[in-house]
Amino acid sequence: MTLTCITNGLLHDPANNIDGVVRDVWIEDGRVVAAPTDLGRRADKTIDAAGMVVMPGGVDMHCHIAGPKVNVARKMMPDDKRTAEPVRRTAFTRSGTTGSVPSTFATGYLYAGLGYTTAFDAAIPPLLARHAHEELEDTPIIDKGFYVLMGNNHYLMKQLQENEPERLKSYVGWLLNSTKGFAAKLVNPGGVEVWKSRGGNATSLDDTIDHFDITPRQIISGVATAVDELGLPHPVHIHANNLGVPGNYNTTLDTMNALEGHRGHITHIQFHSYGGDPDDQSTFCSRVPDLVEYVESHPNITVDVGQVMFGETTSMTGDGPLGYFLHKVMGRKWFSGDTEMETGCGIVPITYKNKSLVHAIQWAIGLEWYLLMQDPWRIAMSTDHPNGSSFRAYPEIIALLMSRDRRREMLARVPGGLKERTTLADLDREYTLNEIAIITRASPARILGLKNKGHLGIGADADVTIYQPNEDYQRMFELPRYVIRRGEIVVEDGEIRSNTEGRLLHVAPKYDEGPIDDIQEWFEKYYTIQFRNYPVDENTLHEREVIGS
Amino acid sequence: MSIAEQPPTTETPELKIVKDATCTFCGCVCDDMELTVENNRITKAKNACVLGKAWFFNHHIEDRPDATIDGQPVTYEAAFDKAAEILLNAKNPLTYGMSDSTSEAQRVAVAITDWIGGNLDTTTSVCHGPSGMAFQGVGEVTCSLGEIKNRADFVIFWGGNPAESHPRHFTKYSLMPKGQFVPNGRKDRTAVLIDVRKTKSAKAANQFLQIKPRSDFELAWALRGLAKGLEIDPDIERKTGISLETLTDLMDRMKKAKFGAILFGMGVTMTRGKHINSEAILALTRDMNRHTRWIAKPMRGHGNVTGADNVVTWSTGYPFGVNLGRGYPRFNPGEFTSSDVLARGEADAALIIASDPMSNFSQPAREHLAKIPSVVLDPKLSDTARTATVAFTTATYGINTPGTVYRMDDVPIPLRPAFESPYKSDYEILKEIERRIRAKQLGV
Repeated sequence: MTLTCITNGLLHDPANNIDGVVRDVWIEDGRVVAAPTDLGRRADKTIDAAGMVVMPGGVDMHCHIAGPKVNVARKMMPDDKRTAEPVRRTAFTRSGTTGSVPSTFATGYLYAGLGYTTAFDAAIPPLLARHAHEELEDTPIIDKGFYVLMGNNHYLMKQLQENEPERLKSYVGWLLNSTKGFAAKLVNPGGVEVWKSRGGNATSLDDTIDHFDITPRQIISGVATAVDELGLPHPVHIHANNLGVPGNYNTTLDTMNALEGHRGHITHIQFHSYGGDPDDQSTFCSRVPDLVEYVESHPNITVDVGQVMFGETTSMTGDGPLGYFLHKVMGRKWFSGDTEMETGCGIVPITYKNKSLVHAIQWAIGLEWYLLMQDPWRIAMSTDHPNGSSFRAYPEIIALLMSRDRRREMLARVPGGLKERTTLADLDREYTLNEIAIITRASPARILGLKNKGHLGIGADADVTIYQPNEDYQRMFELPRYVIRRGEIVVEDGEIRSNTEGRLLHVAPKYDEGPIDDIQEWFEKYYTIQFRNYPVDENTLHEREVIGS
Repeated sequence: MSIAEQPPTTETPELKIVKDATCTFCGCVCDDMELTVENNRITKAKNACVLGKAWFFNHHIEDRPDATIDGQPVTYEAAFDKAAEILLNAKNPLTYGMSDSTSEAQRVAVAITDWIGGNLDTTTSVCHGPSGMAFQGVGEVTCSLGEIKNRADFVIFWGGNPAESHPRHFTKYSLMPKGQFVPNGRKDRTAVLIDVRKTKSAKAANQFLQIKPRSDFELAWALRGLAKGLEIDPDIERKTGISLETLTDLMDRMKKAKFGAILFGMGVTMTRGKHINSEAILALTRDMNRHTRWIAKPMRGHGNVTGADNVVTWSTGYPFGVNLGRGYPRFNPGEFTSSDVLARGEADAALIIASDPMSNFSQPAREHLAKIPSVVLDPKLSDTARTATVAFTTATYGINTPGTVYRMDDVPIPLRPAFESPYKSDYEILKEIERRIRAKQLGV
């Protein structure tokens, strides 16, 4: 067994209360191990990290990198790749394209290149889970998994309508086992069904959903309860109703209240933190302070940001009516795809402009979230890739958080109206390296319930990123000196050194199988594939690890 | 236990029944087959349509060599070596076909093409390629087939003859089934067929609109105008053969539908206008969503052509017509599409997977393909296999091999093979070729 030692690095391992201490990290068989007690035992391999910063590998807990929706966006947007630098084939790595939606191989290499070793796709329709698995297998190096869309699932809504919480819980368990997914995801709960049914949307948590006579509030509390009772590592992951609508912070507060004390993760909360009148764009403003106050006083809630950065990108979502809304606003090409019994999907190209007051406010709101949340352990960095921006913007976001001056430079280039509508200009906080290590690895890993990720304590996966310190933090985080995944050097000075497959992370909760007959009876009435052909066969999957059992 | 290994319902040495098997003949990818297998021959295919039956009954094991070089039987090893040599020595190779193969095999074919820097193209370029290009122009509002089954009360079939090309589409997905919100099935739906000739599908429709050949674009554009409330020149009748009155009435009913679907075929994509026709239909569908819910869907032909689109896209960013010669993917239909690369005499070797371009490409393309060294994988001795330098006899996907196939609506479906073939699968053969190419390239 090879024994590797990363020597003399300045270690930032916040989960183990190590904040910039010179310490060696020993690695054997893909995991962090204690320093050998036998003084005669030398490392077989030494990585000299003197003068460098050592952190656990990055964890992206909310991105769109694989599966049907992502692939449709690739198909629809050759224009997005026309001027984007491609990924060239090397002797042992595959080629690919980039732009806002990189091809699978490129995605793996680009994440690894940034020092990220784990990423989760946030929205997969269960019927199409196989597709997501095939793409994830072709996404090299990183460990990965996906969240399963449930917020507009007919069987689930039927159980709420019939007040059958136990059956609902079984169904959530069955669905996660069938799809080999990682977590339960709600996207615009109930609203997507209204869109599929008649082209409308749900506008409050107490709207009645067509055909089911239930409300979004019931979906949120019902699934949150089921997820907690099943003991899943990650809480229910919620894309709340009314995304992007001025005044939606009230819906977001309502959503958090609807959890009734259960654990819940509110994702890309930037898009849900807006004040103002939905019918009067000039009133658009930030309500981050109100929401931060709520989140900080409710320990059951965690968030990721969904930072917007200026430039071209692609909006892609399981929120069908949102896709239509964006198409009408942007007037650009639009994909909408509804999946039977389960979900919708919307894709629209989008350009965030720093000359636009609305876009600038969105940008500022994301930064307000990072800078106003005092507890970094309940917030994770995300761009909701590619919705707010590409994951490739993380180094730039880090630099903005670590430097007030850098924020001021950007503030000088956005419309002045921003000052009255957000608090950003008044915020002097600058993130420390330790806080950056928290929001980019330790906190997302903890929120996900990944015990072996996001830290470098004994037993942790040996996913390590080593940075060369640089006054320009963007440069520092863009180009790690080394990236190590499970003990193997995968990136060295920006060069990919490995084409390893990465590992699928999924859950396999135990549940009461009693209702399966009922699920089958319902399934056979409405689906167009055979019940027996629905579950993903674990033998068709690449290397995998069951989390939480 | 993998799906493929799950015991069938009944099995004796001579007889077995395979339930929930999948027919990979057309884009419907029906997965409710019940196959009776007697002595390595499918004797019954319950639930299969006429095309499905022909597919299952004609793919028994033929007595052919595993592989040939220049028509002479050779061992697998010799054939793998020669195939790898041909592909490695080529400066501008072409990979083509793939739409009648599993996505697992497609992924290896794409990998090979990436490693050798070739052209990468599928049968999409000669069927719904124009729809793919239209998609890049305007997008698409679409859904899975179950949404049509459960919601559609108005269905327009345009430029296709599903009764004969996709026989179970009507009964399983689009017309006859009782759905969640259309509980009376056919009675709850209105069906309109738009085509240049009265096919067998006309009988299934409430209304048949016979349009003049080459006027699909004009008709779709006029409907777009009517959807927006614009005044349309009555001259439309002279152009399309359909009166303004009929079109106005059609649009009125389309607007009153709760959920409408336009299912369009190659009659739209392979006639004058090509991708512009698809674009008009996709734009019309999009516009209709200002009034009520409408979706559009191309009726894909080959069993896994949709999988080929997906695999090529996730690997390269583009759906077909890709060139990897510069070490990264470039996309240009017309430049990198197979029939063009061949007809211009540019390709210097070809890897053809489960497809028969020698029977359907243009003469200049066929002439050039016959001249260059080629590696062909096919269960049958196709015209293309006959002219191959290296030809492999393959197991048939879905009948002999497990794997994944994407239905025309992008729903991935697993295969449950009925019986074992003495021949290797596309996947196995391509893996061996890839292994040899990589060993050579890496000098190991």
